[in-house]
Amino acid sequence: MADQQAGLTVESAIANLRQTDDLGLRYYAAWWLGKMRVGDRAAIAALLAALHDEADRSPDGGYPLRRNAARALGKLNNPDVAPALVACLDSSDHYVREAAAQSLEQVGNAESIPALRQLLAGGVAAAVQVPGKPHLAQPYEAILEALGGLGATEAIAEIQPFLAHPVQKVQFAAARALYQLTGESQYGDRLIQGLQAPKLPLRRSALIDLGAIGYLPAAEPIARTLAENSLKLIALKGLLEATLRAHPEPKLHSDSGQIMALMDGLL
Amino acid sequence: MTADCQAQIAAINRAASSEALIGAVRSLAAQQSPAAIPKLIEVLGYNNPGAAVAAVDGLIQLGAIAVQPILDTLDGYDYGARAWASRALAKIGDPRALENLLAAAQGDFALSVRRAAAQGLGQLDWAQLPEAECQVGQQRVLTALLNAVQDDEWVVRYAAIAGLQSLAQAAPYLATSITARLQQAATEDPDLAIQGDRAGPWSS
Repeated sequence: MADQQAGLTVESAIANLRQTDDLGLRYYAAWWLGKMRVGDRAAIAALLAALHDEADRSPDGGYPLRRNAARALGKLNNPDVAPALVACLDSSDHYVREAAAQSLEQVGNAESIPALRQLLAGGVAAAVQVPGKPHLAQPYEAILEALGGLGATEAIAEIQPFLAHPVQKVQFAAARALYQLTGESQYGDRLIQGLQAPKLPLRRSALIDLGAIGYLPAAEPIARTLAENSLKLIALKGLLEATLRAHPEPKLHSDSGQIMALMDGLL
Repeated sequence: MTADCQAQIAAINRAASSEALIGAVRSLAAQQSPAAIPKLIEVLGYNNPGAAVAAVDGLIQLGAIAVQPILDTLDGYDYGARAWASRALAKIGDPRALENLLAAAQGDFALSVRRAAAQGLGQLDWAQLPEAECQVGQQRVLTALLNAVQDDEWVVRYAAIAGLQSLAQAAPYLATSITARLQQAATEDPDLAIQGDRAGPWSS
């Protein structure tokens, strides 16, 4: 991989993505264009074309190249790609739908809200595991997070029942979205409770969510959580940046000073 | 070696599960005995993060007495163990680790090691060195941390700034040039978290 990356340029990555002989090169090129945030027209056109690829199929019928292309398009900071990503929400491939929902949040185009809400149809009762698959009927975490990030206050009533979904990460995603949509501390506090979850993956999930919403009362609980310092630092960075955005001047504020002190203790 | 130490070392050697190993390493670390040092260092190479964290904590608590044994073992280490050892050296702050930390802060592959080393360079206990050596060392630390402020990873840049703040407090004659560089970071760094002013008597 490192050799391939060292050899890639924007032109060769686009060419790799457009050719159809070597599926591995295409898959890698799609990822690389997103990672390098190559936002020029030719790159976007090639990635949009890759969303319709039929050549790269996984054993379970999925579309690996489409997944990577959908993820890459979320990183390019271009709202024009939103309609193509909305179309991906109808894909037969669960992971294409998940990548599209995540990218729609990053792209930040509120016009995608109705299509995202559609995927919550049937509520918690429909949100069950697909027989024979390791996932639920829809990528609920990504959908809920996108609705929260896009400010979809019209979806609050549909999101609330997911606080009681049997999968805890889905509960966290609902709490994260509802905090973003209402600003009510009950939702942030619920994520703080998640920092005590017995299983490390759940504690990591709560750390990421608290960092994403920048929930200030979580600062000390984050620093105390049993998890890797690297992840706790990322979560505290989210809090620090939320504080700095709320108080742009002066850049030294008592809250930000406290958060930095906690971060320094984790370096 | 005390009987307790021997018992804990035996428990480490026969641990059949990750949990048992971590528990035994914690107990050995809690002894705070110099006799535990070789085993704690050995544990860094077990490829078990929980056990390594416990061993690093124990070595940090032991402090200066652990520094030379760690340095003596570094070359023979595999990659993962070197990373843990650098973390221990960074936290102990003994200037005998200067060369190791300078190299780790600027060149280590793992960002967690660059992060710890950058912070650790700011925390070295300069009082242990003669004055002439001290100033040379501080200049080298300054250069290394100014490089680390350009790291690709935000958390290494953050740690380098924390290190520079500590260095400015330990070596006030460097404060003016450090402050100028931090003011530049406050306006140019792509990450908002790096732009926050840091508290400190030298920074108002």
